[in-house]
Amino acid sequence: MGHPAPLVAPQSGFAAALEKLLGKDLLSHDFAADEDSITVDRDAIAAVMIALRDNLEYQQMMEIAGVDYPERPERFEVVYHLLSVTRNHRLRVRVTTDEATPVPTIVPVWPNAGWLEREVFDMYGVLFAGNPDLRRILTDYGFQGHPQRKDFPLTGYTELRYSEEDKRVVYEPVRLAQDFRNFDFLSPWEGADYVLPGDEKAGGTGEAPGKGAPTPMTAKEVKATDDKAAKAPPPPTPKTTDSPAQTGAGAKANIKAAKTSRDGAKAKAAKAPPKPRAPRKPKGGDA
Amino acid sequence: MTDSPQVKHHGSDMFEGYPVDTADTAGDQTVTNYTINFGPQHPAAHGVLRMVMELDGEIIERVDPHVGLLHRGTEKLIEYKTYLQALPYFDRLDYCSPLGMEHSYVLAIEKLLDLEVPARAQYLRTLFAELTRICNHMLNIGSHVMDVGAMTPNLWIFELREDCLNFFERASGARMHSAYFRPGGVHQDVPEKLLVDIGEWCDKRLPELFGDAMSLVIDNRIFKQRNVDIATVSKEDALAWGFSGPMIRGSGIAWDLRKSQPYDAYAKMDFDVPVGTRGDCYDRFMVRVEEVYQSAKIIKQCLRNMPTGPIASLDRKVVPPKRGEMKQSMESLIHHFKLYTEGFHVPAGEVYVATESPKGEFGVYLVSDGTNKPYRCKIRPTAFSHLQAMDFMCKGHMLADTTAIIGAIDVVFGECDR
Repeated sequence: MGHPAPLVAPQSGFAAALEKLLGKDLLSHDFAADEDSITVDRDAIAAVMIALRDNLEYQQMMEIAGVDYPERPERFEVVYHLLSVTRNHRLRVRVTTDEATPVPTIVPVWPNAGWLEREVFDMYGVLFAGNPDLRRILTDYGFQGHPQRKDFPLTGYTELRYSEEDKRVVYEPVRLAQDFRNFDFLSPWEGADYVLPGDEKAGGTGEAPGKGAPTPMTAKEVKATDDKAAKAPPPPTPKTTDSPAQTGAGAKANIKAAKTSRDGAKAKAAKAPPKPRAPRKPKGGDA
Repeated sequence: MTDSPQVKHHGSDMFEGYPVDTADTAGDQTVTNYTINFGPQHPAAHGVLRMVMELDGEIIERVDPHVGLLHRGTEKLIEYKTYLQALPYFDRLDYCSPLGMEHSYVLAIEKLLDLEVPARAQYLRTLFAELTRICNHMLNIGSHVMDVGAMTPNLWIFELREDCLNFFERASGARMHSAYFRPGGVHQDVPEKLLVDIGEWCDKRLPELFGDAMSLVIDNRIFKQRNVDIATVSKEDALAWGFSGPMIRGSGIAWDLRKSQPYDAYAKMDFDVPVGTRGDCYDRFMVRVEEVYQSAKIIKQCLRNMPTGPIASLDRKVVPPKRGEMKQSMESLIHHFKLYTEGFHVPAGEVYVATESPKGEFGVYLVSDGTNKPYRCKIRPTAFSHLQAMDFMCKGHMLADTTAIIGAIDVVFGECDR
């Protein structure tokens, strides 16, 4: 029976048709989880879309999604989801790009690409060459940064509140009452690729990337703080009264204290140990 | 027309240095367009929609909708949650049809896991998805009618919406944010009495009350004047702008994902897909009205054919065991602990799963890297494409038509802004 997700009939001879239509612009084609996806040449995206729309009957462009893979040389994927209402088929078209390289716009092909490209630009900072209106769309007016990037913290950098004094909304740097907690459930017994704390002593790489809660201080800052603490004069001896001679009220009082205090009295008379208590009678008595 | 008409002397800059007659003559006065803000606090904006409108008198020249005022970073938050923890975020997207949102998400997970779902769970999900559709359309139809000036129908059909919410509460414990659909099935079984009550409600109360309310509206002269031929969208435009749901069906394209790409138990259901003929606001409205009756038909089929059996997959690596089982079995206790701390791991891959939510195609593009958290979860809101078309739909219409157009789009900002 299989999963109950929407059924789309697989297309026979689809790979060959794509190959024939797109030629060298088609970089790769894969079929996984009953879905066709192709990667195409970035600069040819507009032409590819026109070809797909006019020759393979993909009338609708439903979605443009950005995905960020920071470890890749071209870190962003821009993923277009096309739908054919006549052939009842979906196709995923991918291009890759980085922060600086613009992707040609497809607004002339599908007008609703305008906002979707704006969203990818807003969330990832991917530029779309030729988009007539490449403003931010979802984030605040005057927002800085691209929040969906993997290196953008979940908490963001600014928070805002209504200030009673200023009678307006003020923007402030984020202050967390509690450290942001990110639990790492990946089991070290199932092929973790990071160094466990302590393992670096055994000659590992030293750093344990991505482990534990992130600290707002860098290693350099922590060291600087430690060095500063080492240089500082030792703290003054705390005022404690460990012995009867430390009442702090002068010599006279010290002598008096030595007599009355338990320590002083101990020397005088090591009295007999206190009488053990009689065992408690059970309550209720005997009937 | 305006309070301060600006007097412009045509050509006085262009012909500088030449003798130009600068004396005011009749007809030299040009009225400049003016720009107004529609929203973000406007009852007919259905939430926080800000539209910068350029008006020529009362005629709309240009509309620039500003969305994002309800942006809560749902997609970012989901990347930091396990698959199960991310589920309640979907209730809060389109808070008028919460189960419709969950539906796409759980199906996407099931597709990645290639998880089989028991028949009863599929029927229950179909049943509640359709109940959600009725619930959503009650709100939309009611507010659309109210936006164009009728008060009573809204009050009447809000009662029906209230009934739906009560049914959700009896099934899941929560009126709105149910979190009832789970990867692998539904959270818990429904009482027999609830199914009986839903059946009776579909047979009696819904058609009576809804029929009464609609009899006030659909042939009403004022209602027609406000909706017929307003924001007409051709088939070509509907396709090009990525319309879906009642918007594309209103334009005459019989496209319904429940029919064309059936999921859960829809393949076994018998229902009709209503389409419009002119593609105006009235057609979109009438498509929704008919969809309510079709949903009731699907619900009755679900009730009639509801199989018995488990309500969620028995794969204990995905679906946690019930509490009673945990008391007896050590294995269940371990599964329960692991599923509610670490959660299940989803094999690496990516899927795009779209369902026919009450508002249109609601898609979830889920990228998994094989861990217990989604690597990327892109939500395809229905309203994004529809709202984007506001500019071309409004152009040339009167300012007062805006409310009818927004009402017929059926926009909810929880979903649009995410």
